[in-house]
Amino acid sequence: MTSGRGPHLAVALDGAGWHPAAWREPDARPAELFTAGYWADLVREAEAATLDFVTIEDALGVQAARADGPDERVDQVRGRLDAVLIAARVAPLTRHIGLVPTATVTHTEPFHIAKAIATLDFASTGRAGWRVQVSGRPHEAKHFGRREIPDRIGPDLVTDLFDEATDYVEVVRRLWDSWEDDAEIRDAATGRFVDRDKLHYVDFESGWFRIRGPSIVPRPPQGQPPVTALAHTEVPYRFAAGATDLVYTTPSDVDSAALVARRFDAPPLVFADLVVFLDGTPSRATDRKKRLDAWDGAPYASDAAVFTGTPAQLADVLLDWHAAGIAGFRLRPGAIPHDLTAITRGLVPELRRRGAFRREYEATTLRGLLGLPRPANRYSTVEGAR
Amino acid sequence: MTKQIHLAAHFPGVNNTTVWSDPRSGSQIEFASFERLARTAERAKFDFFFLAEGLRLREQNGLIYDLDVVGRPDTFTVLAALAAVTDRLGLTGTINSTFNEPYEVARQFASLDHLSGGRAGWNVVTSWDAFTGENFRRGGFLRQEDRYLRAELFLRTAWELFDSWREGDVAADKESGVFLSRPDAGAFAHRDEHFDIAGRFNVPRAPQGRPVILQAGDSDKGREFAAATADAIFSRHGTLEAGQAFYADVKRRLPRYGRTKDELLVLPAATFVLGDTDADAQERARVIRHQQVSGQTAIRHLEQLWNRDLSAYDPDGPLPDVDPIVGENTIAKGRASTRMFGDPLETARRWRELAEAKRLSIRELVIEVTTRQTFIGAPATVAESIDDLVQRDASDGFILVPHLVPDGLDEFADTVVPLLQERGVFRADYTGATLREHLGLAHPDRRPAA
Ligand SMILES: Cc1cc2nc3c(=O)[nH]c(=O)nc-3n(C[C@H](O)[C@H](O)[C@H](O)COP(=O)(O)O)c2cc1C
Repeated sequence: MTSGRGPHLAVALDGAGWHPAAWREPDARPAELFTAGYWADLVREAEAATLDFVTIEDALGVQAARADGPDERVDQVRGRLDAVLIAARVAPLTRHIGLVPTATVTHTEPFHIAKAIATLDFASTGRAGWRVQVSGRPHEAKHFGRREIPDRIGPDLVTDLFDEATDYVEVVRRLWDSWEDDAEIRDAATGRFVDRDKLHYVDFESGWFRIRGPSIVPRPPQGQPPVTALAHTEVPYRFAAGATDLVYTTPSDVDSAALVARRFDAPPLVFADLVVFLDGTPSRATDRKKRLDAWDGAPYASDAAVFTGTPAQLADVLLDWHAAGIAGFRLRPGAIPHDLTAITRGLVPELRRRGAFRREYEATTLRGLLGLPRPANRYSTVEGAR
Repeated sequence: MTKQIHLAAHFPGVNNTTVWSDPRSGSQIEFASFERLARTAERAKFDFFFLAEGLRLREQNGLIYDLDVVGRPDTFTVLAALAAVTDRLGLTGTINSTFNEPYEVARQFASLDHLSGGRAGWNVVTSWDAFTGENFRRGGFLRQEDRYLRAELFLRTAWELFDSWREGDVAADKESGVFLSRPDAGAFAHRDEHFDIAGRFNVPRAPQGRPVILQAGDSDKGREFAAATADAIFSRHGTLEAGQAFYADVKRRLPRYGRTKDELLVLPAATFVLGDTDADAQERARVIRHQQVSGQTAIRHLEQLWNRDLSAYDPDGPLPDVDPIVGENTIAKGRASTRMFGDPLETARRWRELAEAKRLSIRELVIEVTTRQTFIGAPATVAESIDDLVQRDASDGFILVPHLVPDGLDEFADTVVPLLQERGVFRADYTGATLREHLGLAHPDRRPAA
């Protein structure tokens, strides 16, 4: 697919699906959520349909039905595995699909995340990305005990958290560039393994960090693995515009899709998130969602638009929004495997029939699939740049 | 009773043991190299694969050190990827207790254990120096004296997190709609001098309960820490006398913690060179030592002890007549080994004596004192030495460090391992699925109460 031919397509993987009762569906595999085989099957399913990438959700705390921290519920999925490690575990089992784990910036070390995503890029030969997550959750702060986040976070703290995230991404990007591509020389004549003039201290200093560098990992295959983030409001929009290659937004209709697409000059590429419940007829989809809602005891609500209907109807919506300026979609399957396979075996063939989705992978890296060129290294001298 | 030998494969590191100048030397960073070595280790029925850690590029004389391999991957990420291309091999990573927090390390190890079906191992190291700290937002805040305190508290906190979920907490019963069998699975609250944390851990109980714990400190405090907490020690003492002394010393410390001698394995690092005959192996070993220690490397090595710039000296000439500068090592940064020299004046005096007695140049002296391989010989000779050292309680096995990536273990796997198997001292096939089972360690939930 050339970028003019249709939207990019990704799926967001989270547990048994995004509906909290999804794990109770007859075809769900809730006892396997913490096994490698489960995740390998899901990602292979997405790859068989030539999707651009999968994201893998994560957080530094247990899931909760409340915004303010853990609850006492036992009827929903609780517990998860580290998303970067899930991505690494499936990397050798896949060949084309992008792997975009979530990793939190608020309580972690940029040096660790930089080397983890760079290493995922090596293990997947150029298919790594990163979904940056900011944590404003007080209970997650207590898991680290290094700073306080109040129960009710005000606008100043939100701004602070995203300023910190901006610096964090800058540090990570510098670390990825801290080795020039040709730094390793293995020059037997002079006995030097590296040309140290091509290794760079990043010397980042701000109110949040002082980081020296260079990274311990050479520059990853993509140079800069795509950095992505979900954004709903002004402050995160600003963060996404300045720091990311791809932003997930949550428009509710085609007009708000057009509006949000116009807010950004690429980069970042603007994606829209949708939670999807898909069946052969609209009423079957609605009934299934109702059944899930009844199990959970409440109608499902989401930050993103919730789509209920057939794959063909979803294709109409996606192509409409795409025409309005949305570059791609991150679909959140309501229940796995049902809605995942409805995407891969229903929606994708439908889009292909309309000439709006690739039939084969046409690039070997995630940047390639997204139409992003491999960036020059910020530290290399002009003739060294690729 | 004949002891069974444990063997591990150490991915060649960023030091001069690793020969990168050899035409057979492959990438130190591409995943294919890690996969290749891990598959060889698994084919040879090794207990585990091992990765070291170093979080700052080494420097000498204020410049990034460029004579050895530079660059390595992120430990957790590579181990998780290796879990996809191996079935039984243990996956052990070195992760320090200084530039991390228990919550994140515990969830990474618990995740790795799930994703590998119970094969995770953690070599807990204390690296604390301010030089490494410059790569971290928290900086190098830890005093040297405090490092084992933090390590021990870190490990005990991580254990609380691993134990905060019990087997069976995930009911996942669709019929009744009960996912969690108790509402507070993962709840914890921990407070000590270093950590004041509370909440809910978010990774369910891993197959091994807790990952296997290795420890690699050598000081008295380090040994005590190992005796109290570790399942295995990665040691430096691979010869008969030093090995026996170390072995006896650490095993003697166990009863104090209610532990038996089988609950802490001693696994020294070991290098090896094989040949068709012993003489052939000796010759190959000599060539490899010269590859490992170039003239430049010899000078740099001497500087690490002398703690001064010796670039004006000729590696083929005699040792410097000036004495080492005593005190904080300012020449070499990011090397644990600089603290192993002991008294630099005394060591320099010994090296000079040795050089004079044997008429050695700087390069020859450095080769003599630093790079003699642990096992050199025909496969039968090496198999016999390994078995002998284990049966005579100099160790419980070895962590083998090949000098070549990625094929450096092939010859050992093909020639020495079958001989050990013939002797009945090394498994012919895996009998268990988890790293604990390979090492003969009880699952923490099924350990008889101490
Ligand atoms: C065989 C061996 C391997 C080691 N590997 C590492 C390593 O990979 N990374 C690290 O930071 N420290 C490593 N160390 C250092 C130790 O973990 C420990 O921090 C150091 O020996 C200082 O502690 P001590 O004074 O008790 O010996 C290693 C030590 C030994 C003996």
